[in-house]
Amino acid sequence: MATAVSTPPDDRVTVSGDSHRAPAKRRGLRHVNWLGGGFAWVWLLVVMIPIYWIVITSFKTSGNFFDTNPFVPPTDPTLENYRLVIEADFIRYFANSVMVAAGTVIPAVLFSFMAGYAIIRGGPNSRFLRLSNSLFLMGLAIPLQAVIIPVYLIIIRLQMYDTLGAIILPSVAFAIPLSVLVLANFIRDVPKELFESMRMDGATEWGTLWNLAFPLTRPALVTVAIYQGLQSWNGFLLPLVLTTAPERRTLPLALWTFQGQYSVNVPAVLASVVLTTLPILILYAVGRRQLLSGLTAGFGK
Amino acid sequence: MTVAPPIRTPATAGGGRTGAVSWMVLPALLAFLAFGVVPLLGVVALSFTTWDGLGAINPSGLTSWRAVIADPALPHALGVTFLIMGLSWLFQTPLSILLGVFLAGRERYRGFLAVLYFIPLLLSSAALAITFKALLDPNFGLGAGLGAEFLSQDWLGQGNLALGVIVFVVSWQFIPFHSLIYQGGVRQIPVTLYEAAQIDGAGRWRQFFSITLPQLKYTIITSSTLMVVGSLTFFDLIFVLTAGGPGDATRVLAVEMYARGFQANLMGPASAIAVILVLVGLALALLLRRLGGRDQSASQLEGA
Repeated sequence: MATAVSTPPDDRVTVSGDSHRAPAKRRGLRHVNWLGGGFAWVWLLVVMIPIYWIVITSFKTSGNFFDTNPFVPPTDPTLENYRLVIEADFIRYFANSVMVAAGTVIPAVLFSFMAGYAIIRGGPNSRFLRLSNSLFLMGLAIPLQAVIIPVYLIIIRLQMYDTLGAIILPSVAFAIPLSVLVLANFIRDVPKELFESMRMDGATEWGTLWNLAFPLTRPALVTVAIYQGLQSWNGFLLPLVLTTAPERRTLPLALWTFQGQYSVNVPAVLASVVLTTLPILILYAVGRRQLLSGLTAGFGK
Repeated sequence: MTVAPPIRTPATAGGGRTGAVSWMVLPALLAFLAFGVVPLLGVVALSFTTWDGLGAINPSGLTSWRAVIADPALPHALGVTFLIMGLSWLFQTPLSILLGVFLAGRERYRGFLAVLYFIPLLLSSAALAITFKALLDPNFGLGAGLGAEFLSQDWLGQGNLALGVIVFVVSWQFIPFHSLIYQGGVRQIPVTLYEAAQIDGAGRWRQFFSITLPQLKYTIITSSTLMVVGSLTFFDLIFVLTAGGPGDATRVLAVEMYARGFQANLMGPASAIAVILVLVGLALALLLRRLGGRDQSASQLEGA
């Protein structure tokens, strides 16, 4: 009980998975949470069973898929399904997705970082910057679906229909509001004495942006980049509406058409799911913390 | 990470200096104006026109609006949208709170559970829809493979079942996300409240309903806003999973809009539906915000 008192007051939401925050909070005060604990394991099964099924089935042949128990791993795993998927031009779709994600994330994060910096540094003195900020906040409420028709019209008029650029431009725009919000919150936390001493040293705002704010904001930049990268990687509506040629497909669209062609060949369809998700899973294994905080970016406050 | 109070940087120098930073907002502002604000105004304008998506755009006054409002498909799509919204809120909220409270604890293995829970969040809606379509297929899916009668129903071929599947898949993907938000909320509840309650002899259920739940009020509002407004945008999932079917059983507003605009080539009426989509979203967000404005005692009554 005594240790509980020493829990430091903390008014900031942290959503990373670390458990050192409130060490003694639960001990003694609460006993075992059987209901929560029981449900937690049930939920683990609910989550893992489909994932397990996807993975093992993708190594079965389309022939013995029907004869075997769905939960028993194949005795004779085959890479045939993966070969089929790769031969269906998935390398190209993969490259398209990489280009779209990179083409979206790099400008979106850089622009948002500059905007966040300007809003924090110049906002108090500038009505223009405050208005821009309000506009970005309002932008959080605009769903992409609702404006897809005018976006389509603009892309046609720009003669960009059926190019990867057509996907990138609106993606950048829709990544900006949340990115500005998160990055501005981060830049606001930089002690203002540091800005002051940069100014004393005669640094320009442009220099301060790169030499002070950039290194100090790096964790937030990575988080935002990962989050927006994931959004772009998984995006479906923009490629669906703005492209048509098979060689312009991104992975989610390719999955959809592949499933349309091979719906009877369940192992092959599942192999395509595994293959398109693999890069994200690897990223997740490497940068779990960043990704999790990225997924809840902006909602923590 | 320093926790600085949210005080804005005071004016570091006289007026002339802001010009040195103002321009930095321009790239983001222009990008967002061009592909966010202009389309938002554009969709309103297009709802007063007739356009087939290829040819010329002709102003046609209220024709599109009349067509949309007179069509029984609109109330149906609204109904399905609200049904999916309501069901997925009802299903996700209690489970997310339960998991969030549990995950806020300190045992190491909870962190491990959390790592696995988040895998569904990484999948694209297209991948998810395709997976569950295969999993639930009455002839090739899990039910057929296991020989389980219950599982081999025609899940996506019957309206009610298809709705249930959508709610389940949405929950499967998003419950971890919301439980993460609740985990953050629970960790912020001052320990002293529980200590005081324990001294007063309150049991665990009582503590949960009298402290945890009321203290989570703002977290519940945040999470509900995201769920409710987010459910308006379940396009990818529904489009790939059921394409609005069987019949029109799962045809939500976003799918209705896509079908009218990009499949029937009626961009005017589709724009009118898009405007309705925006208005519904704004109305819901404002309503939930208003709920959040009430004083604390209101939520304690709700919790009891």
